[in-house]
Amino acid sequence: MSASRLRVDPIACDGRGLCAELLPELITLDDWGFPILATAPVPPQLLAYARRAVRACPRLALTLEPAES
Amino acid sequence: MRPASVAETVQPPRLVAPRRLLPRGAKALVSLDAHLAEHGPLPTSALLRSSFVGELARSGLTGRGGAGFPTARKFESVARAGRERVVLVNATESEPLAEKDRLLCRVAPHLVLDGAEVAAETIGASSIVVVAHAHCLEALRGASAARAGRVPFTGSCTVERAAPGFVGGEESALVNWLNNGKALPMSKPPRPFERGISGLPTLVLNAETTANLALIARHGAKWFRAAGTVEEPGTLLLTVRGAVARPGVYEVPLGTSIADLLELAGEAPPGTPLLVGGYFGAFLCRGARAAAFSREGLAPHGASTGAGVVQVLGEEECGLMIASAILRYLAGQSAGQCGPCRFGLDSLAGEFERLTAGDTRASRAQLSSWADQITGRGACSHPDGTVNLLRSALKVFSEEIDRHAAGHCVAASPGSCR
Repeated sequence: MSASRLRVDPIACDGRGLCAELLPELITLDDWGFPILATAPVPPQLLAYARRAVRACPRLALTLEPAES
Repeated sequence: MRPASVAETVQPPRLVAPRRLLPRGAKALVSLDAHLAEHGPLPTSALLRSSFVGELARSGLTGRGGAGFPTARKFESVARAGRERVVLVNATESEPLAEKDRLLCRVAPHLVLDGAEVAAETIGASSIVVVAHAHCLEALRGASAARAGRVPFTGSCTVERAAPGFVGGEESALVNWLNNGKALPMSKPPRPFERGISGLPTLVLNAETTANLALIARHGAKWFRAAGTVEEPGTLLLTVRGAVARPGVYEVPLGTSIADLLELAGEAPPGTPLLVGGYFGAFLCRGARAAAFSREGLAPHGASTGAGVVQVLGEEECGLMIASAILRYLAGQSAGQCGPCRFGLDSLAGEFERLTAGDTRASRAQLSSWADQITGRGACSHPDGTVNLLRSALKVFSEEIDRHAAGHCVAASPGSCR
């Protein structure tokens, strides 16, 4: 299976912050409450948690995309 | 040999500026007849379709709107996508300090429209849309109407009024404005070359880039490369303003030094700081006068040609106050769609204002941290451009910031800038 990377649509994102609570290993919040995502591919052991964070986003702004090499 | 006249005893400027895009005389080439008499006809559509992309690639033309992307590669991306395509000429020039595109569209509107038709014929687009502000809308509309039936291009060409505001000139905001009446940048992907006007692959070209296409189509890549550097060929239109004797738009070969340009524009000593590139640009100090106008020449100074602006600060102007006003303007011009831009730029502008006012609680470390947090997190380059100007101001006016904190200001004297 190919690696995945997190992506946020910055226009759709409203800074609700659920993603950073669910996946603090890869998502932190900036000083205004908007998510800063790890740029590296999601490690396999965190993939299930990443999917959960994607599903939990009330704005549907967070996605998992195939990581380009 | 001619006898020396009085004029010849005066030392000539080191730089003789070529005039390719701007008309050679003082007169604008507004009528199609005058334009054709000066430049001659365009190559046939068949010739353009079969060989122009190759010629364009050999010319090395890059976009003159700020990003500097190789134009031939843009052509190839759009030509690969879809069946129907659109050419969109961006003549909005929403940068407040720039006047070069609007001047070009007023004095040589047919050169811009020629280039748009060259692009359309080459990629097989049947429609052209030109977007401009009021400054040059009538010139472009008049020129466009005069061409019907007199040029080989048989598709449609419309000239639309741009939306007000700084970010309205960003390419996805232009497309959004034309499609939906909203001048707001859009999330990418898809980019306009994939889905643009009416959902069709759209080739977006800046007005100056477009005018260069008209010349390359006529004279070829080798001619184009006779000006400029090997890496960055051609000429560049620059708006020179501020503390110079002859402000205006100058056409110079890429690679021209800042010193030569300022001599042409009549800069008085002693060498105050410059703002190069525009509101997303960088401040350059006296030591950078030898730098060349090119990506390669300006990069070591954290600058780029950007929107083609050179603002010379007057001795009475304070660089910090100018930077502060620009940051506040840019914060206000945020489309407000992306959180880091909407809230972050306001934070930056406020903290920089406190720094400028000499508030010793204002923190440079805080500004740098915010700059790092904001970078790369907008749907368009508005936040990154703003951060670029901030970082430059923090760096070159570092000693002046110390002075302000101590209650002094030396304004834009050469010593204010390092």
